[in-house]
Order: sequence, then structure tokens, then C-alpha cells
Amino acid sequence: MANNHKEIVFGLYNDEEDLIRAVKEAKSAHLDIYDVFTPFPLHGLDPVLGLEESRLHIAGFIYGALGTLTAFLGMTWIFTKDWPNVFGGKPYWSVPAFIPITFELTVLFAAIGMTVTFYIINGLGPGVVNQHLDDRITDDKFCLAFDKGSVSEEKAVSLLKQTGAVEINHKTL
Amino acid sequence: MSAVVSPIRRPLITGNKTYHQITEDLISPTEKAPTRAWTIGLIISVAVLSYGVFCILWTIYVGIGSWNLNRTVNWGWDITNFVWWIGIGHAGTLISAILLLFRQKWRTGVNRAAEAMTIFAVMCAGLFPLIHMGRIWLAMFILPYPNTRGPLWPNFNSPLLWDVFAISTYLTVSLLFWYTGLVPDFATVRDRAKGMRRKIYNFLSFGWTGSAKHWQRWESLSLVLAGLSTPLVLSVHTIVSFDFATSVIPGWHTTIFPPYFVAGAVFSGFAMVLTLMIITRKLLKLEDYITVEHIESMNKVILVTGTIVGVAYLTELFIAWYSGYVYEQFAFFNRALGPYWWSYFGMMFCNVISPQLFWKKSWRRNITLTFLMSIFINIGMWFERFVIIATTLARDYLPSSWGLYSPSWVEIGIYIGTFGLFFTCYLIFTRVAPVVAVAEVKSVLKTGGNQYVGENATHKHHHEHH
Repeated sequence: MANNHKEIVFGLYNDEEDLIRAVKEAKSAHLDIYDVFTPFPLHGLDPVLGLEESRLHIAGFIYGALGTLTAFLGMTWIFTKDWPNVFGGKPYWSVPAFIPITFELTVLFAAIGMTVTFYIINGLGPGVVNQHLDDRITDDKFCLAFDKGSVSEEKAVSLLKQTGAVEINHKTL
Repeated sequence: MSAVVSPIRRPLITGNKTYHQITEDLISPTEKAPTRAWTIGLIISVAVLSYGVFCILWTIYVGIGSWNLNRTVNWGWDITNFVWWIGIGHAGTLISAILLLFRQKWRTGVNRAAEAMTIFAVMCAGLFPLIHMGRIWLAMFILPYPNTRGPLWPNFNSPLLWDVFAISTYLTVSLLFWYTGLVPDFATVRDRAKGMRRKIYNFLSFGWTGSAKHWQRWESLSLVLAGLSTPLVLSVHTIVSFDFATSVIPGWHTTIFPPYFVAGAVFSGFAMVLTLMIITRKLLKLEDYITVEHIESMNKVILVTGTIVGVAYLTELFIAWYSGYVYEQFAFFNRALGPYWWSYFGMMFCNVISPQLFWKKSWRRNITLTFLMSIFINIGMWFERFVIIATTLARDYLPSSWGLYSPSWVEIGIYIGTFGLFFTCYLIFTRVAPVVAVAEVKSVLKTGGNQYVGENATHKHHHEHH
């Protein structure tokens, strides 16, 4: 396990605009950024950081389609094969009446599937303890972190200083 | 005065906030010892809830005969209360989902509490169909699953079963949406806490770190959940209205029901949001986050939806007359001038006439008036459901089977008990979680705050240049 430890050097900024500028600087200096931590979602950070668009919504579509099929095929099988019954003189396979439940299950499957996927791929969940760099990151500090394994400490510290980090700290994760 | 704020928009966050100040203001109510008002409120709520639980147990023990329903009026307060509570839930989803899709930034001040209200209201609503079954221990029969009762399935063509799916989906999706929004805020609470409290909040925050990739996915998830919740919330009250509209009862069998129910739901829901928010902002001192702007915006929604409801009432009357169908004509004549005339006029006054006051801007921005109005609307919308359900059933096709209905003490007790459930949950919520979405408010501070005073406040530089 000792090999998995990461030596992190990180800077804290008071303002998100400073952080975004620092990320741009780091990118143009070809420094490998370990991660960026912020108290709220920053718009404009993803392209600067080079994050690809999340594919979570594609997963959502697949879960939704699964819900549609489950509901529609399920009701079709039940009312035509397993338990054919006449309700109010309507045909066994009364498609319009299946629409509300098909819709509800589409939404239900998509929502549950996406949310569960979200927590799993992020490594989050009840009881998970993720070590974090600083307690103030969820309050008012914006954090840019480098892994000393892939970036020289000197370069990282000088970049953090230049770009106006108000604090520079080290931590082993 | 500042360059970052659009001159035509009033600020959404007042009082010179910094990011840290927002954290302090919004998290500290969960850290302090409970106030006296809160404790008294909780004691009353739990007492009322206990009485409701007693009445429910009484119903289950004695049977539905303990209610005053009869062969003619077989839906009474139970279904009235069910529809009323479900409607109240709709405002939370409207604020959190539809306003997110429309990029309405003012939603950030009220979405958290409104979503919590949705969940608690749907819980109260779901109770009524369950206990109305009579044999609540057989409630799982409504779920379709392979069973040992032969091939025996629920009727998928029945609006009552659609309701089961709609409401359980609605509760589930609302919970997921609400909790996903809470996770980063629980992390904020965690990072300010020590010892056992820190452990508990770490559990609740799912180990949230605030990594850029997590935020990106969080936003993607929120947007898709909002996109899913929007048609969902419209479908829920549409399906509730199908419970009536697909029947052949005059006064129920109308195509106007789905849109009119949805508008009425949003109308009553916003009234309840206002009732709660006006008290909450006062007690938790959140006037800088839930401003008069928020109240005015919500009053505009109330004015619009109240007017839609009014148009629907008048359209119903006109179509009943125009149809030339005597039973339909009688149903509406009976609603207005029959034995329950007082509930019809209560409904008309509270839902159609009183919201018209909100055409006047200074009245929309008057907190006392808004609070009174929200109570009026809550009452009016309850009357609406009572008018639709009880008065219609009391006078059916055959005069020989006409009946009247008034609730028994058990039915009244259960209804009052749901208020106990609702407020117990809400009060606990205000102690455990930040009632305003902390991260989301921070994200609109620079564009929606009046005087951002952080390091890079653009207007500060602006002043320096002059």
C-alpha cells in the first residue's frame, strides 16, 4: 500500500478567477495537474482543465430505454400471454393505456440508474471516507493540486506562488 | 453600483456577502443548540402527529366504517387530502427542475426547502390511498410481481394503478434529486465539524471532495434529473386527474382536468412554499438569501397559476352549459348552489378572486399580505378538491341514492395528523441540513449578489479606474 501514497503539493486561492488563471498557466507550462477542488461548480473550468464532457447522460438514456422496454414489454406479455383479460371491452393489447406506466418507468429507471452510476464512478457512497486536502475547500478556498510524483516540486511551488496562491501546503494522500 | 450585476435585475443575495459569510450564515443554524421556538414547534408537531397515528391505527383496527363515507359518497376527506398534499408537492419540483431548465437563478434561494417540502408532502399524500385500502397489510398487492396467487396481476389499464407508479416514481426521483444536491453541502457541514458529528456528516456526504470532475458530473446529473423531473411532475398531477377524468361521473368526465389540475397543483404548492419560507427566513434569519425578490417572483407564479385555475373554473361552467347535457349541467348547478355551496364559494373566493390582488407590485412585495394570501390559497385549494370530490358524488344520477357527507372525528384526526408528520419532518430537516443550497448560492453570488467583496470583485477594480 505504501506505493499508492501520493505526495501532493497544493495551493489555495481566494477567488475562482485566480484559480482559472493558474490552471491556464499550468497548462501552458505543461505541468501535469493532479486535480482541482472547488466549493461550487465553476463554469469555464472544464475546457481550461481539458476535461471531456461527461458521458453520464448517455448512461441515463440507456437506463431510460431499459425502463421503457421493461414496462412496455412487461405489460404486453402480461396482458396478452400470461393473464389476458377484457377490461371494459378494450382489446387485450391496449397500447394507449400502457403509456402512463411506460413513461413513469422510463423516468424511474433513468433517474435511479444515473444517480447510482454517478456515485459509483466518482467513488462516492455511504460510508466512503475520501481524504481531502483542506477543510476550507468546501467553504471558500479554491485548490489547485499537483502530484510530486509527476511534477517537480520546485516548478509547482513557483507556479502557485506566481499565480497568487494565498497558501501553499503539502499533504500525503 | 457594480459592474458584475446587471442593472435591470435586482440582487438575489443581499448584505455584502463573501463566500465564507455564506457558509457561516447557512450552516450555523445546524450547529447551534435548537431555539425555543423550534423546540416548542417540534413538541406540538410530534403531539399532533401522534394523534394522527392514533386515528390511523383506529381506522385499521375498526375498519373504514370509522369514517363517514357512505355508499353514495365513497370518496371524501381521504382523497381530498391526498390530492391536496400531492398538489402541494408540485411547487418543489417546479422550482428545482423547471426553473433550473429555464436558468432562473432565484431558484437557488428556495429550491432546497421547496424540494424537502415536496418529499414530505408526497409522504403525507401517499398515506391516504394506503389507509383507504382498508386492509393495509395487503398493500403490496398493488405492485406487479410474479406471485403465488395464480397468474394474477394488477390492472395496468386503471388510472388508480397509474397513480401508484406515478407517485412512487415521483417520490423516488424527488428524493434522489434532493439528496444529490445535499451531498456537497453535507461535506461543508462535515468540514466544519469535529468528532462524532464529523463522522456522521462524512457518512451523509458520501465522502464528497469537490473535485472538478465530480462537479462536472454533478452538474450533468442535476441537469438530466431536472429534465426528467419536468415531464414527471406534469405527469403526476395529470395522472391524479385521470382518477376522476376517466370515470363517467358528470363533473369529473372532462378533458380540461389534466392541465387544470397541474396549474392548481403549482398554485397551491407555491402557496405552501411561501407559508413555510416566510416563517423559515424569519426564524433562521435568512432575509439576505430569501429576499423580497424571491417572494415577489413566487407571487407572480401564484398570480399566473391562480388565473389559469380561474379560467378553468369558468370554462368548466361554460362547457357544462354549452354541452346541452342535463346531468353535466346539473352537476355544476349543484356545485355552486347545492348543499355544499359554501365550499364552492370558498374555493372561488380564495383561488380566483384573492390572488388578483397580486397585480399590484407593492402588494406582491408585502410580506404580511403574502403570508395571509398563502393561507387563503391553501384553504381554497383544499376546498377545490372537496368540491370536485364530495359534492359531485353526493348528487349522482339517481335522486333516490343521493346522500350527504361530513367527516367523522377519525377522518379529521388523520388530516390534522398529516400536518404533524409534515412539520415534524420539516423541523428536523431545518436542524440537520442547510435549508438554503449553500454551493448553489455561492455559484450565483458573482452574478446575482449585490456587492461581492472578494479579492477579484470586478466592481472594486471598476471603482479604482474612476
